[in-house]
Amino acid sequence: MADADRIPGFDTLAIHAGAKPDPTTGARATPIYQTASYVFDDVDHAASLFGLQAFGNIYTRIGNPTCAVLEERVAALEGGTAGLAVASGHAAQVIVMQTLLQPGDEFIASRKLYGGSINQFNHAFKSFGWNVVWADPDDISSFERAVSPKTKAIFVESIANPGGTVTDLEPIGAIARKAGVPFIVDNTLATPYLCKPIDFGADVVVHSLTKFLGGHGNSIGGIIIDAGTFNWSRDKKYPMLCEPRPEYAGIVLHETFGNFAFAIACRVLGLRDLGPALSPFNAFLISTGIETLPLRMQRHCDNALAVADFLSTHPAVAWVSYGGLAGDKYHGLAKKYVPKGCGAVMTVGLKGGYDAGVKLVSNVKLFSHLANIGDTKSLIIHPASTTHRQLSDEQKVKAGAGPDVVRLSIGIEDKADIIADLDQGLK
Amino acid sequence: MNHDAYPDSYIRGILNTVKTIAMVGFSPNTARPSYFAFKYLIERGFKVIPINPGHAGKEFLGQTCYATLSDVPEPIDMVDIFRAPQFVLPIVEEALKLTPKPQVIWLQLTIRNDEAAALAEAAGLKVVMDRCPKIEYGRLSSEISWMGINSRTLSNKRAQNLGGGFQRMGLGEGGKKT
Repeated sequence: MADADRIPGFDTLAIHAGAKPDPTTGARATPIYQTASYVFDDVDHAASLFGLQAFGNIYTRIGNPTCAVLEERVAALEGGTAGLAVASGHAAQVIVMQTLLQPGDEFIASRKLYGGSINQFNHAFKSFGWNVVWADPDDISSFERAVSPKTKAIFVESIANPGGTVTDLEPIGAIARKAGVPFIVDNTLATPYLCKPIDFGADVVVHSLTKFLGGHGNSIGGIIIDAGTFNWSRDKKYPMLCEPRPEYAGIVLHETFGNFAFAIACRVLGLRDLGPALSPFNAFLISTGIETLPLRMQRHCDNALAVADFLSTHPAVAWVSYGGLAGDKYHGLAKKYVPKGCGAVMTVGLKGGYDAGVKLVSNVKLFSHLANIGDTKSLIIHPASTTHRQLSDEQKVKAGAGPDVVRLSIGIEDKADIIADLDQGLK
Repeated sequence: MNHDAYPDSYIRGILNTVKTIAMVGFSPNTARPSYFAFKYLIERGFKVIPINPGHAGKEFLGQTCYATLSDVPEPIDMVDIFRAPQFVLPIVEEALKLTPKPQVIWLQLTIRNDEAAALAEAAGLKVVMDRCPKIEYGRLSSEISWMGINSRTLSNKRAQNLGGGFQRMGLGEGGKKT
């Protein structure tokens, strides 16, 4: 660039961040480094790498140059100091919590989360002794009331799956700061194109890369972004970061790595020891997907708003939950946190109840009936007959998956075709 | 100089210019950050002279340790300080008495002393505070990108291999060797 110190814009970062021409071949596309290991220059170099004294590659479970491009790119887009790509969004959550919590500790989580995260927190995490305490994002004071001396983190989604509802990040972040714990935001549904949680107080951002960042429904992946904002040493509550680590001859990660110590801890302790590494091939596909994120995401939002408008006046539809819709309960928060659009995911209540839901997912010809969101293709699922089938009717309603509810993830096809498909499906 | 946000060109200019660095507050403990920076900067071609009165006369990685800056028998380009802010001013005052004067005073991550910085800048020195030369070198050479760190740099030129191994990069860009 003409001015070496110019700060590039979001669309430029989506294409270029992390991806200089390959140093050995000059390849302009990011090469897929499909290798397990990397030769050391000599014995001293090997020792420096293993001792964290040099930057470099050892083994793809710990780091890989193709994955590193993805990590730097998402870190740049989120405005963070560093990233760590892992095998899935769920793996990202395991590594974050394992880095922060000891058995017997607690973390506070919003009740309005992706169902898979609710399951992970309620069952898998409890088996590790990490105890979730649920709070209600519609009652911010419930987060404050949930704080205890054992609290080690607060976790929310920026736009919550599945109802397209928007979380009031700033006051929850303030509660986390007052409690002296990091504020973790899952930004999967918004992506940094729509919302940068770090601007609203997030200390850690996590993503399922499988959704809008990758964007094409072809690769599972997750990422952890370190905002570089949290003081891990202040209260001595996070031994992975503030105490000498026996795994590395007594290194204290926070004093050694400063404002990207959390990402390093997640890599050299969490990922190294738990093992859910991302395949370099997936990293390549996801990084390529991110190059068009700004274009796709705007189209997703524009199409989703048109669909929500159409459905909100459709005679077969009882209600639409989508923060982008004028008059929606979350529209005010949407204007503050996601002014460019409220994402692609919404829930729809059908007047005909369970049978109408089953009929709609059977009748559609363009929408794909499957359990995913954030594909270029429009997607549909009827939670009551699939993902939430095992719950009682009362539990289904509490989870936002009552018998009348259908979840949509609006793709980037022609919006007239998307609307026409829903219209014929509802007849 | 605005010490809240340094332009990359300023940091790159310093790291491309200085050759001999005196490291005040060097620790021979291999788990300490100063030892990390010491070893790394030597591997990247800098001459790094450890300064620590408790270890004067000993050698570390082939470099003789001195008690004070004034004891160093050769010109120093940059003084890199690993000491808490309240100890910085006398170190800078000592550095300014050296002949020839160093070109740069560098205070490590979390260390800032605006009074000492103003004194050094008034004497014509460049000052960097609350940064680590190892991290900045790794960032501007692209090495740090291997660790998923946001280098905050974009380039249409490939990073330059420094030689001496596959995973040692230089600060030059666009075919320009440093």
